[in-house]
Amino acid sequence: MINEPNSTFASGPSIKIDGETIFFSEGETIYEVAKRLQKNIPTLCYDERLEAFGGCRLCVVSVEGIRNPVASCTTKATDGMVVQTAPPEIEKMRRTLLELVSSENRDTQPNPLSGFASQELSALVNKYGARNGRFQGAKSGTSNFKDANPFILRDYEQCISCYRCVRVCAEQEGDYAISVANRGFKTQITTEFDHDLRDSDCTFCGQCVQTCPTGALADKKALRSAELPEEIKKTRTVCPYCAVGCSIDLMTKGNKIVGAQPAMKGPANKGALCIKGQFTFDFIQHEDRLKKPLIKQADGTFKEVEWDEALKAAAKGFARAKAKYGRHSVYGIASGRAPHEAAYTMQKFIRAGFGTHHIDNCSRA
Amino acid sequence: MSNPLKDMDKPDTIFAIGTNMTECHPVAATGLKKALKKGAKLVVADPRKTRLAELAHLHLPIRVGSDVALLLAMAHVIVSEDLIDGQFINERTEGFEQFQSHLAEFTPEWASKICEVPAEDIRTAALWYSQAERGAIYYTLGITEHICGVDNVQSLCNLALLTGNLGKEGTGINPMRGQNNIQGAGDCGAVPANYPGFQPVEDPQFHEKFKNAYNQPELDLGQSMTKVTALNLAGDGIHAMLIDGENTVVTDPDRNHCQRALESLDHLVVIDIFLTETAQLADVVLPASAWGETDGVQANTERRVQRLRAAVTPHGDSKPDWWIISQIARELGVTGFDYQSAKDVFNELCSLSPIYAGLNWDNIGDGNYQWPVPEEGHPGTPILHEDEFKDAKPGLFKIIGYRDPAEVIDEKYPVWLTTGRRLQAYHTRTQTGRASGIDYLLSEETLEVHPEDAKQWELQDGGFVRMASRRGEVILKVETTTRSPRGTVFTSFSFAETNINVLTGSGYDPITQTAELKVCPVSLTPA
Ligand code: SF4
Ligand code: SF4
Ligand code: FES
Repeated sequence: MINEPNSTFASGPSIKIDGETIFFSEGETIYEVAKRLQKNIPTLCYDERLEAFGGCRLCVVSVEGIRNPVASCTTKATDGMVVQTAPPEIEKMRRTLLELVSSENRDTQPNPLSGFASQELSALVNKYGARNGRFQGAKSGTSNFKDANPFILRDYEQCISCYRCVRVCAEQEGDYAISVANRGFKTQITTEFDHDLRDSDCTFCGQCVQTCPTGALADKKALRSAELPEEIKKTRTVCPYCAVGCSIDLMTKGNKIVGAQPAMKGPANKGALCIKGQFTFDFIQHEDRLKKPLIKQADGTFKEVEWDEALKAAAKGFARAKAKYGRHSVYGIASGRAPHEAAYTMQKFIRAGFGTHHIDNCSRA
Repeated sequence: MSNPLKDMDKPDTIFAIGTNMTECHPVAATGLKKALKKGAKLVVADPRKTRLAELAHLHLPIRVGSDVALLLAMAHVIVSEDLIDGQFINERTEGFEQFQSHLAEFTPEWASKICEVPAEDIRTAALWYSQAERGAIYYTLGITEHICGVDNVQSLCNLALLTGNLGKEGTGINPMRGQNNIQGAGDCGAVPANYPGFQPVEDPQFHEKFKNAYNQPELDLGQSMTKVTALNLAGDGIHAMLIDGENTVVTDPDRNHCQRALESLDHLVVIDIFLTETAQLADVVLPASAWGETDGVQANTERRVQRLRAAVTPHGDSKPDWWIISQIARELGVTGFDYQSAKDVFNELCSLSPIYAGLNWDNIGDGNYQWPVPEEGHPGTPILHEDEFKDAKPGLFKIIGYRDPAEVIDEKYPVWLTTGRRLQAYHTRTQTGRASGIDYLLSEETLEVHPEDAKQWELQDGGFVRMASRRGEVILKVETTTRSPRGTVFTSFSFAETNINVLTGSGYDPITQTAELKVCPVSLTPA
């Protein structure tokens, strides 16, 4: 698959990029080799996890001996190739392309909560000074705000037809057995497609949202916090649901968790997530959460107490059981959900506290 | 898992048994789908026509609980057609001759009657798996939640040993664990039979080690007790319990029994983030800080040790589990609980667990290590059993016979019920159920019934059914679907309101005491 970013080859075929010679391995594209040289070739339809598509032409470079510029994301490097990544005529072409693309979009500054890649188009438009509105041509796509699903906003006015959503759905989600027609967005982009996502095979994994470079597909749940004034902060952690252990960036504003984005370099998931990791983080700050320790009263109801009192009551019951029935009368059940530190202290509590192996976890259920 | 997740696109033949991977582990399933795209063959053994089964080149809709019969017959075919990996068997296994003669009677025709699938399909599955360059086995709770869970797993091991599909990229026996840190609970010693790092409590050497480390001269040598036994002894030998973050009453089989057990304790302390059904039975409930609020470590199904980081402050007065447990210990005068942070706790674990010896709080930050990591500087172990098996022992063929499930269908309870999970819900929904938007996709539980069966039993799609087992009954909505085979119905245990575990709990695996949640004879009548 894709090479490690820093891998270098001591020998073998080589190409020259902007004057620098670099070895490459068979099958690498010009884009991949250039990336190892820290070249910043602009892209729009490219997602390193997906097969290159070659649709947007923003990544074109000039190759000596070839008249027309070639798309670097799809063109394989060949021995002796001489490549220029940003000669003036190519930069000009990129700017024109960006003007064209951005003129079709009402809003080239989507909220960063929209998705992982949502800033890509606007960043390039800014970088190339490709201001909006020069081309007043027809706009493509139709928005589908009607879809009542609570997770994914679909605003096809912003769509630039890079097909990253369709491709991530097909390639990363990988449901080849199911026809693409009723699945991804292909039909929804090219034809007016009136169905809600819920009625399709969509699993609400959010991958299409995260790869969209314009915010046409956006994280509806995160955008509910768009108005909060604080900066978005991202904290790298691991999904709390299943044992795949996907890495995610938890997005917060102040002390509020507002959304989650997949970590593209997450060792277990490489940018993938499912509906649980993507959209169900908000249980944490739910009003049902326990705020204070509780002690059961004689009448069976609970009373909120301070930690001190609760810990004393908790300990007293164990001491009493031990005194009355012996040290083998106490049992501990650890959680398969809580972190290591919980499980570790739990088993130590039983083994060090009572000298028994009366400890288990919930794997039996 | 013996092999890493990132290798899931490497096998050329995949044998998936008892795993609804596309729903339970969707991200892992993407790797598998990539393998398919590269041309791998997929064999799925599952009573239901799951999404994964739809992708399969060969689907074996075996009767629930008949896995061992299937696996014995596959082994029979592999041996009788001489598709074994002779070199691997010679160099790295033991007990082959005995196993070979044991297999003689278990023909595909024999298994066909038990599993209710054609003998020819069993033969094909065996041929594909044994002829693979890289054959990988994946399984989940569909294999372990049976009275014969251990037999099932060992039968899978036998297949891998026969064919040498172990210790190489794209092979192995790969259980997909359920909960996020169930692997970690085991790693940390929160199991009756092992200290942290799977050091057996039976072994005098480790007994001595932990007696000293934990400053506990009375520490028992051996004498472990599982949760199942403890619940059976509640009020009669077991009188006080500390339960951390587990909704025992809803997740455990035979809910009524479980509730009675907890009620008969003198003292119950529950640590949790919500006032769950279990917490409601407690004398003291202690509020834990949640994921996203707590620093810590968890290990995934491929033994990858990863950092959890707090992004917000704990809700209300809630505190990390390790802090709460340590404070109770200190109140009781137990020494060794002076931790100042999660880091202190984790580093102590590493110092006592040989498989974590090379790890510490600071070097696991990027999640680059899969244990065992025996010393600092060791790169970790993405593939287990690469050169040798644990403690250099050869792989032992296990002699296993087929047993019926603890309860089988009869006139009174003529239908097989099997249970599982759904994509949008996690376990008892204490978490996903409180995430906004989920109800839009999954708002109630249904019972999946084959349309022909529904007709025969006079059930309506969308109507209600009364489902009873020997332990209790529930009422739930019917959904007719051809995902269910004839004679078998399916539901999940995600909704406390329709608690399926009132019905289950017919038996336990004698070794692991894992409950037989996957098989339960029931009767169905329109409600
Ligand atoms: S959310 Fe996932 S399954 Fe649904 S359309 Fe997007 S990529 Fe496909
Ligand atoms: S995002 Fe989904 S697949 Fe990944 S760890 Fe979470 S629950 Fe598992
Ligand atoms: S990035 Fe190469 S054509 Fe779009």
